[in-house]
Amino acid sequence: MRREPILNAVLMVLLLAVPLWAHLTDEPFTITLATRAVIFAIAGVGLNVALGLGGLVSLGHALFFGVGGYAMGILAFHAQTYAPLIDWPMTIEGTKSMPVIWLVAVVASAIAALGIGALSLRTTGVYFIMITLAFAQMFYFFAISWPAYGGEDGMSIYVRNGFPGLNTMDPIQFFGLCYGLLLLVLFIVWRIARSPFGLMLGAARQSQARAQALGQVPYRLYLTAFVISGAITGLAGALFADLNRFVSPTMFSWQTSGEIMVFVILGGVGRVFGPVAGAALFIVLEHSLGGLSEFWHIYLGAILLGVVLFARGGLYGLLAGRERAHD
Amino acid sequence: MTDPILDIRGVCKAFGALQASQDIDLTVRPGEIHALIGPNGAGKSTLIQQIAGGLRPDAGRVLFDGCDVTSLSTAARARLGMGRTFQISSLAMDYTVLQNAVLGALGARGDVFRFFRPVMRDADLLAQARVALTTVGLDEFEALRTSELSHGQRRQLEVAVALTLSPRVFLMDEPMAGLGAEGSRRLMDLLDGLRAEAPILLIEHDMDAVFALADRISVLVYGQIIATGTVDEIRANRDVRTAYLGEEEDA
Amino acid sequence: MSTILLIEQTLNGLQFGVMLFLMAAGLTLIFGVMGLINLAHGSLYMVGAFAAAGVAAWTGSFLLALAASLIAAALAGVIVEMLVIRRLYDRDHLDQVLATFALILIFSEGTRWVFGSFPLFLDTPDWLSGTVMLPFGIEYSRYRLAIILVGLAVAAGLFWMIARTRIGIRIRAGENDREMIGALGVNISRLYTLVFALGAALAGFAGALIGAIQTVQVGMGEPVLILAFVVIVIGGIGSIKGAFIGAILVGLTDTLGRFLLPVLFGLVMEPSAATTVGASLASMAIYILMAGVLLFRPQGLFGARAT
Repeated sequence: MRREPILNAVLMVLLLAVPLWAHLTDEPFTITLATRAVIFAIAGVGLNVALGLGGLVSLGHALFFGVGGYAMGILAFHAQTYAPLIDWPMTIEGTKSMPVIWLVAVVASAIAALGIGALSLRTTGVYFIMITLAFAQMFYFFAISWPAYGGEDGMSIYVRNGFPGLNTMDPIQFFGLCYGLLLLVLFIVWRIARSPFGLMLGAARQSQARAQALGQVPYRLYLTAFVISGAITGLAGALFADLNRFVSPTMFSWQTSGEIMVFVILGGVGRVFGPVAGAALFIVLEHSLGGLSEFWHIYLGAILLGVVLFARGGLYGLLAGRERAHD
Repeated sequence: MTDPILDIRGVCKAFGALQASQDIDLTVRPGEIHALIGPNGAGKSTLIQQIAGGLRPDAGRVLFDGCDVTSLSTAARARLGMGRTFQISSLAMDYTVLQNAVLGALGARGDVFRFFRPVMRDADLLAQARVALTTVGLDEFEALRTSELSHGQRRQLEVAVALTLSPRVFLMDEPMAGLGAEGSRRLMDLLDGLRAEAPILLIEHDMDAVFALADRISVLVYGQIIATGTVDEIRANRDVRTAYLGEEEDA
Repeated sequence: MSTILLIEQTLNGLQFGVMLFLMAAGLTLIFGVMGLINLAHGSLYMVGAFAAAGVAAWTGSFLLALAASLIAAALAGVIVEMLVIRRLYDRDHLDQVLATFALILIFSEGTRWVFGSFPLFLDTPDWLSGTVMLPFGIEYSRYRLAIILVGLAVAAGLFWMIARTRIGIRIRAGENDREMIGALGVNISRLYTLVFALGAALAGFAGALIGAIQTVQVGMGEPVLILAFVVIVIGGIGSIKGAFIGAILVGLTDTLGRFLLPVLFGLVMEPSAATTVGASLASMAIYILMAGVLLFRPQGLFGARAT
């Protein structure tokens, strides 16, 4: 009996049941928490494509999270102030339509990932970690010093963006939207993991020499994975901005990069559903420990340390045992 | 005489003061097993890296099927048809045996950048992988994780992956190293039949295997090829006896 | 724009660079010898600054405060190394990143718990405050000049130690071949703790020196840590010389960029826009420098090979 699929199903059902129950008992705050968990899960699933499948330890995924967030912020800002985005050579207006915003967020973060990945992947190992961290910091400082979109203070979007046929201001409907996107992203990543590309990417992760002997250039595999990874995390950023109706440079900060990585690790590196478990656990911890003590990060740090030192498989490693080589 | 598949001309490589390859000429012709032997530190690994693409020679050329591939990357040479097995196993250890073999077939077919079709449901790839696994005798272990294989089985899998590439030439870096007598004999039988598919450049320590298998032998000592010839010629060669076989007997 | 202002900014850049070197030197030594990437290095910087601020408030002595920063950071380094870090040497970089990220959380929240959320202030002593007259009529902050001199002295001392002393020889041996120093009968475990404590002390010292210019607060270490990473990427991992050159380059680029870019854009733009564009670009200047180095020398200016 394989435990992992069962665990996946339980996880996804729980993640759906808790907010539904909160909706019935009229506890919108719990729905918001669940939405946060779902959005963090999407960000983590994105990072996991680079980290888990490709073995690329990116400590700069806040960059894509932030690019997605600012894509939403900038488009909605122009729509709410009725100021066109650009006037020349053609007029482009802002928008409050979620599908358009998502598309822009995904494309913009994919382009960012392509540029940064092309540079960073010229190196490997510890250089790569430092460089991705540094590039995210560059965007952080740029967002702070560029005053047009709020600078250090960030900017508020007064009304949540719309989706055809839904009232996105209703917490449960917005949750449903995010949950649907999580399912879609999980499906895509699950397919990628089992595709020819996924198999070869995993081979390059385990042995670069092997991939080369099979006629593959590892750089291209890694860069492709990095772009897919960045695009998914960018989508999460746009959703996160819409959840808070607020974007700020904090989305670009190194803490954000670290936290996205924590989602992946708490859940279990390389498991498609791992980041979902990790993000959910993170929210639960934040909520329960945060109530316990205002210094809850100490406990989070201790738990993380414990996971790294003694339970490397994360939650999935504990509950589902060693990862099976998939067929 | 047929044109060689692999033609190494005047290859030189130095690391600082150490001449690892000195003006090396070497050919591999269709249908043959050409063995490269030499004591430790003679420069065998350096040479195979220059042939496969990991190292760029200081001077000289590597011709593959008449084309100059000296400046091509490892990946490009692999795509042209160099099937390499590694001295230090570089299989994907987390994958199953079957997955490793499918990887080879996938690499040979080349359409790697596909993101949505389950690769382990691809009948063509599976068929090729299973043929190769059957050839090396690993078919019953296909569901095993590669890290669970014995040392000898990993060697067999290395060969199987090279087979799935349907290469024009095999470059085998000490495939027998660390194998027991039984494993060695098995692999020898396999290589014996393989030369009909594609010629083999065999780097090997195991003298019995080399003398039993090789059509031609080249002897590398201190970065230089001191002799090339048939098994009997090499056995009779005085230079080889003093420089190499002599040492073996002393040791 | 006056030449005097330019020279003053150049000195500021030098001072910044020297501070970055104290951080980067520890990081690069720890990576070179133990193969460890330590995100918590910024926390040790913070520990040094808080120790100095605390001791200065208690005793009123700046020199005692500096001594306290060295001791506290080194001590924190030894404790962390023995409890956590030494379990990480054989782990992959991902584990090292996560564990040291966890240490940042623990250090930051722990410091907030002990000292509260309000920033502390560390005053420069009287004998280092005010300005000093340099040649050509340049007036420059006495304290910043002192930082430059002390930093250069520490750098010289470090170079001397690595080139000449027995411990330096062991460090270099450790960088080249980990097994060899074991074979030479050196107690590796003690050497590692020592190197880590040395790196920690340098970071803590830097934190204390900067603490007198800026505020001492939780989270002060990480931005400096990331800049130190940029320094190391530019200079090449494991190379003290690279760390020094990289640090000076980054310090000068950042300081002069912030000073010169708005002025440059002012030549072609209206002043307010020039300030905005110039400031935004200046905030990116060092990263653009890093990207440039990556394009032409992925292993850094003095790095042997990217690993």
